[in-house]
Amino acid sequence: MKTLWIKLLLWGYAVFSMAPLVVMLLSSFRPTSDIFDDPIGLPAGPEFGNYVKAWTEASFSTYVINSLVVVVTAVLLGAAVSLLAAYPLGRRRFTGRGLFTAYFISGMTLPAHLGVLPLFYLLESMGLIDSLLGLILVYAAGSVPFNVFVLTAFFRQLPGELDEAASLDGAGPLATFWHVMLPLVRPAIATVIVFQFVPLWNDFFYPLVLMRDESKLTLPVGLTHFFGEFQNDWGTLFAGLVMTTVPLVVLFVLATRQIVAGLTAGMNR
Amino acid sequence: MAVSTTRRGSSHLFLIPAFLLYTLFVIYPLLTGLSYSVFTWKGTLRDTFAGFANYVHLLTGSFLDQLLPALGHNFLLFAGTMLVQNTLGLALALALSRARRGKRVLQTMFALPYLVNPLVIGYLWTLLLSPTFGPVNALLRGAGLDGLAMPWLGDPATALPTVIAITTWQWVGFPMLLFSAALGGIPQEYAEAATTDGANAWQVFWRITLPLLRPAMGTITILSFIGSMNTFALVYALGGSNGAPAGATDVLGLLFYRAAFASGDVNAMGTSSALAVLMFTFIFGSTLLLERVLRRKA
Repeated sequence: MKTLWIKLLLWGYAVFSMAPLVVMLLSSFRPTSDIFDDPIGLPAGPEFGNYVKAWTEASFSTYVINSLVVVVTAVLLGAAVSLLAAYPLGRRRFTGRGLFTAYFISGMTLPAHLGVLPLFYLLESMGLIDSLLGLILVYAAGSVPFNVFVLTAFFRQLPGELDEAASLDGAGPLATFWHVMLPLVRPAIATVIVFQFVPLWNDFFYPLVLMRDESKLTLPVGLTHFFGEFQNDWGTLFAGLVMTTVPLVVLFVLATRQIVAGLTAGMNR
Repeated sequence: MAVSTTRRGSSHLFLIPAFLLYTLFVIYPLLTGLSYSVFTWKGTLRDTFAGFANYVHLLTGSFLDQLLPALGHNFLLFAGTMLVQNTLGLALALALSRARRGKRVLQTMFALPYLVNPLVIGYLWTLLLSPTFGPVNALLRGAGLDGLAMPWLGDPATALPTVIAITTWQWVGFPMLLFSAALGGIPQEYAEAATTDGANAWQVFWRITLPLLRPAMGTITILSFIGSMNTFALVYALGGSNGAPAGATDVLGLLFYRAAFASGDVNAMGTSSALAVLMFTFIFGSTLLLERVLRRKA
């Protein structure tokens, strides 16, 4: 009897949790007139008209490509510079190591939005307003604190004999880093990439402030324009929502373990 | 840990790219932002040193009339998150700990909305809750609940509670996962021993499980507070930058955005920078305070 109630609560909530997303997906395959006739219904068939319309007429192609270019480049750049920095911070002894570590990691608690106006004028003076490069640099820089935090910890726990052996064999620091260290920290690299990808893909605030040119918009701000423009074309709106969501779901399916582990990590601290 | 001490200089070389990027695009704007707030501005030109005049402006007259309701809405959001979302998250975690099969699938389904962009969530619910063609009201009418088929987001009285409900729907997976992990760390023997001593399920929950969940609750409370204070994209999608209807969903984030980019005020830079500093001080200070209070009790 009791277990029945528990089952009912769990599966009942699961339905509630998934239903809006299912409606979104189903409606994206239905013509707008069908949706208006019957808000909850199944698509007559696999019809991609809404997607074609959103992709071509509503410039979703531009938004998606901009988002992919910006987020992928920013995540890789942020991971690359952080890896370089985390290697000596985690493994080598040099003056100012503690200070540099604190400097980088302090960014995790700082409110980045506080600096958005000066950032705007800084980018403007560099000619990087309305520029994908500007957004990439901002994102990559913003990812440094978290990346350095995770990667430094990871470097530190690798066995100490590794660099010694490499340097005895005559490898310089760069060669050691590239050939010995990099392959070993691969799991940590995957973690920081997945972790940065989601918030950057979803980020709305920076492009809202830094991008004006329609051809340079990433998905989130593009979505706000799209919703104004296609207000009454619900089928196309649903298709646009699905297209914004799918890349993250794909990433989630590919990396569920890392996300769940990361979400729950450190909770007992 | 053996650390090579040879070739010291090269360590610094490794730091250069990250250092430049981070200093230029994160630290420098933050520090300049602080300094902006103590000057008056004419557009983008710095005018005169203003001391605390920008801060005084925020806390008096017409601006205060916007600031207080916005802050109030942030607090209601926090209260709603604690009462509805985190209670539900705990209930789901408890139920999951009793479930035998399908745990993994259920967890994934509860947590999936959290992955979706808050903007998408906002727009999706705008469509779902639309008074004319929205499926929610169609369902309610179909169930004979015509009285409940109403413009949930269009009525100032129901708009904010609806925002809380949507936030709950999106984020409940988060407390659920944290509580699940914490429940997994509680040894079975505690409950068993109490049951042998004659405690019923309810007493076991109140006297044993709940106190042991305190650290997790502390973490969740603090994260909920920060999340509620910083909310922006979801309310922007639901009510635009003015917090429609009639400012019923206006929050600090929207107010800052308007002050910085949509106020038409000549001194927008001074005012909005002061607001940003004030918001940060308030949120950061409250978080520290919350942390101390919550940790002391534990």
